[in-house]
Amino acid sequence: MTTPQLLAPNVSAQHWADPSHPDDRPFIRKYVFSTDHKTIGNQFMFMSLFFLMIGGALAMMIRWQLGWPGLPMPGGGVLPETMAPGGILLPEFYNSLVTMHGTFMIFFAIMPLLVGMFGNWLIPLHVGASDMAFPRLNMMSFWTAVPAGFIMLASFAVEGGAAGAGWTAYPPLSAVPEYSGVSTGQQLWCVSLVILGFSSLMGAVNYITTIVNMRAPGMTWLRLPLPVWALFITAILILLAMPILAGALIMLLFDQTIGTTFFLPETGGQPLMWQHLFWYFGHPEVYILILPAMGIASEVIANGSRKPVFGYPAMVGAIIAIAFLGWIVWGHHMFQSGMNPLLGSSFMLSTMIIAVPSAIKVFNWLGTIWRGDIHLHTPMLNALAFVAMFVIGGLSGVFMASTPVDIYIHDTYFIVAHIHYVLFGGSLFAIFAGLYFWFPKFYGRMLNPTLGKIHFALTFVFYNLVFFPMHNLGLGGMMRRIYDPNQYGFLEPLQPMNTFISVFALALGASQLVFFFNILWSLWRGEKAPENPWSSNSLEWDLPSPPPHGNFEAMPAVYRGPYEYSYPGRGEDFWPQSEPPNGRRARVETSGAPVAEGVPQ
Amino acid sequence: MPESASTFGAGIDSIYYIILWITGAIFVLVETALIVFIIRYRHREGRVAVHTHGSKKAEIVWTVIPFILVLFIVYASNDIWLQVKRADQEGAAPADALRLRVVAKQFEWNVTYPGPDEELDTSDDFVKRNQLHVPIGRAVRIDLGSEDVIHSFFLPDFRVKQDAVPGMTIPVWFEATRTGEFPLACAELCGLGHYRMRASLTVHEADDFDRWQSEEIESGSPAADADASDSETADENKVNEGEESA
Repeated sequence: MTTPQLLAPNVSAQHWADPSHPDDRPFIRKYVFSTDHKTIGNQFMFMSLFFLMIGGALAMMIRWQLGWPGLPMPGGGVLPETMAPGGILLPEFYNSLVTMHGTFMIFFAIMPLLVGMFGNWLIPLHVGASDMAFPRLNMMSFWTAVPAGFIMLASFAVEGGAAGAGWTAYPPLSAVPEYSGVSTGQQLWCVSLVILGFSSLMGAVNYITTIVNMRAPGMTWLRLPLPVWALFITAILILLAMPILAGALIMLLFDQTIGTTFFLPETGGQPLMWQHLFWYFGHPEVYILILPAMGIASEVIANGSRKPVFGYPAMVGAIIAIAFLGWIVWGHHMFQSGMNPLLGSSFMLSTMIIAVPSAIKVFNWLGTIWRGDIHLHTPMLNALAFVAMFVIGGLSGVFMASTPVDIYIHDTYFIVAHIHYVLFGGSLFAIFAGLYFWFPKFYGRMLNPTLGKIHFALTFVFYNLVFFPMHNLGLGGMMRRIYDPNQYGFLEPLQPMNTFISVFALALGASQLVFFFNILWSLWRGEKAPENPWSSNSLEWDLPSPPPHGNFEAMPAVYRGPYEYSYPGRGEDFWPQSEPPNGRRARVETSGAPVAEGVPQ
Repeated sequence: MPESASTFGAGIDSIYYIILWITGAIFVLVETALIVFIIRYRHREGRVAVHTHGSKKAEIVWTVIPFILVLFIVYASNDIWLQVKRADQEGAAPADALRLRVVAKQFEWNVTYPGPDEELDTSDDFVKRNQLHVPIGRAVRIDLGSEDVIHSFFLPDFRVKQDAVPGMTIPVWFEATRTGEFPLACAELCGLGHYRMRASLTVHEADDFDRWQSEEIESGSPAADADASDSETADENKVNEGEESA
């Protein structure tokens, strides 16, 4: 027992909530430099939603240029001459737009929403702990992510503009300023992501330690709610993948600044080595962005169907299988890169096989709603949309996994359609589901359900009108990241489709205002949230909304899995994890000795 | 997709359609089930959900079937992939292929033709900018390179795409089945002029190709930029003038 005590607070040494003692932390420790995982989760929410708006605004500009190439953008006059003289976007600014849209969305919106926000909100409460294992490290994780984000944002203001070599930053374009016209911006891009990597690593060690060491008595591995499983595996992926990215970024930074040539061929460096390193990080990153979403969707779907998750062990197994197969598929981003074609064959095989655990998850979600009692509340609508959209994103992935088909669709809008079906249709809908589901727990107010349903309906319809036609653009041969497709005669017939997409992209962007308004309005004016608005089972729903500092008054005890909905013979259709079999609620004393009868093994 | 104009294009397209049928069927099946379940099992007064934790049998079925399907797709894809991409191997580019060199740089494609002796790096070579001319019915094998950044050699009608990587020479081959003019595009973000790094591919009848070649040699100086229909615009906005290639 000595080692765990050195590493993390022993479960019995946690600071539980004390109702007789008022929370007397000063303002700055309570809301700014807080070590409370719930506050840090809230902080991640506001930070990520801010960058989600930035990323969305950049996307609107991209769609303006593609919808109406060369036309002055309304309001574009406020942008400086170096970006959009007279409101007309410049090609170099367009390259920065596509680069920074991808970078902000992946690293500063989706990832911190799923991992930073949900990880912090859910892990300690779901495992029955008073806080994270390392609360101060947790605080530092957030306060490292913030400067990283603002360095990235500031790069728009430096001479030469923001990075413009794509979010994948392939050298030599990204390494030699003469090639891209961007110097400082590209360096800030590297610096910002290295800093963000530290933030992610601090989060990851915290999550892993908390889940391994601080589960309440009775919270066995197979009783963990699926979001915790997903976040646990995700944290392992982050821990292993981020250092690779950091290493590659530092090499790239050296190539840019001190004259090394890791990725430059003149003195024997290899441009393809960057791609191997980047995608060896980058493909696990894709699963970092989807596994927590799958966990959240499983939780919400079981709740909305009032049924246990179909095949819980298989769901856990599929998460693990996806995560570890995810390490041997990176080459599928490089089929056309000049990599040995035989390697392409083996990467095709591993990539295809990863479709199997993904299929298992989809079928198990269908199994979960089958013969359920489906309540279509806002979180459930978004979770079902997640499944429907993830199916499309998963199936379109099969096309590019097939190496010969990928020859044609690689680097076209087919890829753009695919990634948005996975990251927007998949991850973002799951984030919406989770936000509508847990917002009441952390802010003590319900999000307005009518606004929620309006937001869902608009987003779902516009989203599909924007991204489904992009498959057709790709099949028509339209390349990614081109400023003006009409330069090519064979792409001119696609202009009406591009304009169509842009119209609905602007509508999609505008309909997110409903969501942001709902959050801001509900924070102050929303209906007061009860303890357990969704009649859900996991431990956080036993607590007041929001839970007090320290969460539980004493160590909770856990008697069953998290998805015992509609258990035959019970009056209620849910069965909290903490309710003892004899029906009497009991707590374990802080000494660690369980006092209730029927204590779980 | 545009109509195929290369010998292996139809084979690639057939794989595309096989996958389209398989994934299309799964798509319809899954989305229909999803919608039917949502309607059929929606909340009504008195409905009780069935308490079940799953079914081993069902899960084995829906693990094994996708597994077989994806293995089939891999099997169906692999031959044609190796045929297209391993230009130097047996069974891919025919031995009598016409050999060209294409070197990409920001933002143009320079094509070196071997001349009548069909040998590169001899005195009768000549270079054309942004103009790729090939005969029909004869395999063309290209040594693809780049002087500065990564570009991607994309012939949509031919189902050909290959990144051009500085420091590497990558073999590319295809055989045209139709005459006419086709686009050659850059598919990899290569800088601010990426969006207009375009060229044209002209497929000639065999004797017409010979006639074109001799005209070129007579009219222009070999190994020079004889034609520059697009070059003014390509030069204007270039970030740098390519001395670094030396």
